[in-house]
Amino acid sequence: MSVNATVPGPSAGLDFDMLAVEDVSRHFGRRRALSHISFQASRGTILGLLGPNGAGKSTMLALLGTLLRPTSGVIRYGARAHADSSPALRAAIGVLGHDLFLYPELTALENLAFFAALCGVAEPGGAATSALERAGLADRANDPVSSFSRGMRQRVALERALIHVPRLALLDEPFTGLDDASTAALVARLRSLRDAGAIVILATHDLDLAEGLLDHAVFLRDGRMVESLARPEALRATYRTVMTRGRA
Amino acid sequence: MFLRSVWLVLRKDLTVEVRSMEIALTTVFFAVSAVMVFAFALVREGQAPEDGAAGILWIAIAFAGTLALGRTFERERQSETLRALLLAPAPRPAIYVGKLLGILALLSAAEAMLVPLVAFLFQAPFLAHPVWLAAILVSGTAGFAAVGTLFAAMLVRVRSRDVLLPVLLYPITVPVIIAGVRATAALLQPEVDFAIVRFWMALLIAFDVVFVTLALWTFEPLMTD
Repeated sequence: MSVNATVPGPSAGLDFDMLAVEDVSRHFGRRRALSHISFQASRGTILGLLGPNGAGKSTMLALLGTLLRPTSGVIRYGARAHADSSPALRAAIGVLGHDLFLYPELTALENLAFFAALCGVAEPGGAATSALERAGLADRANDPVSSFSRGMRQRVALERALIHVPRLALLDEPFTGLDDASTAALVARLRSLRDAGAIVILATHDLDLAEGLLDHAVFLRDGRMVESLARPEALRATYRTVMTRGRA
Repeated sequence: MFLRSVWLVLRKDLTVEVRSMEIALTTVFFAVSAVMVFAFALVREGQAPEDGAAGILWIAIAFAGTLALGRTFERERQSETLRALLLAPAPRPAIYVGKLLGILALLSAAEAMLVPLVAFLFQAPFLAHPVWLAAILVSGTAGFAAVGTLFAAMLVRVRSRDVLLPVLLYPITVPVIIAGVRATAALLQPEVDFAIVRFWMALLIAFDVVFVTLALWTFEPLMTD
């Protein structure tokens, strides 16, 4: 995997310098998935959503990705509020889900070219080819995704999420299935995205990989934000402290 | 951007289907089996019941259509690709129209096989007025698929979607199926009264306009939450 990142900018969709989550709650029927969450992330930031299973990390990403609406509270993309979810706003957002959002019957090249075209990329075929080179999968471009290993699919899925050079990248467990070399390349890629001015928000369980990568960490437990730290250090110890706080 | 997105989704669906042939084969196999069963049950000494062919053709189309709708969206559910489509900056109604056209293409292919089969087994002169028949089939299938595509997309993350889809779909599309049966039956008469055919066709087109308009209007809000 190569680490070159294209600079996100206004051509990629709505341009904004700040993402602000203001007192956001989300309920599914009577179940409370998120309760009164607030945080901010500015350009050139990698923010981690950390917490155990069921903490609400994926729901938060779905809200940020405009797939869900908050039950209460506001999400602001610069001056634009979530309620204005429009193609221009979605063009500025790239999402890597826990499921990979790839068609197994299509080749890697076809998958990437399809999503690039759907995202309005000027030369979808060229962008797809470049993305596969970045993923180190150029020689497998014409193989169906169903023949790929989990790690290879994860690399294609990451390129799919970033192919339109989004201002905001939302990544759910991006390290799943990656070998050491691919993990190192992904870490370098995330850093280059940050350096290029993107806002990267990742939900992960892997505290060792998150260590030293995050500029900001938001700790979630049972749908509540229990801590928010800038430049977090000793992440594993902090996580243990934060998650056991208030539990007798 | 709207038409381009429609074309991209349609082309993707057709490419995936050509590679797997999963939906086309199951749909055609099911529809042909249903028609054969009806033929063995209803045709006595070479005599088919009057107007039976029209009803059996539309029953086969409705059942095959339900099967195709369920499988099409099951495919989008397996890798959560429907979420990826909704996350893309394409207009969301364009995603709906692309999916609708893909289902229409599949059902049209199934109908191309069903019509001669039903015509042969029930001795029905379907091909006496091929343009009228094509118009009735297209408008009837469009109305059925317009509602079905919306419901199948809505139910994609519901656990009991296979049960709920026909439960929701059939009561709403019964007027379309009845209009399709009456228009087709009118076309099969020895002396075709085209005023009757036109009346049922107009009704079918009215259903199409209403259903497609409602679906385009409600697709985005229904899929967002």
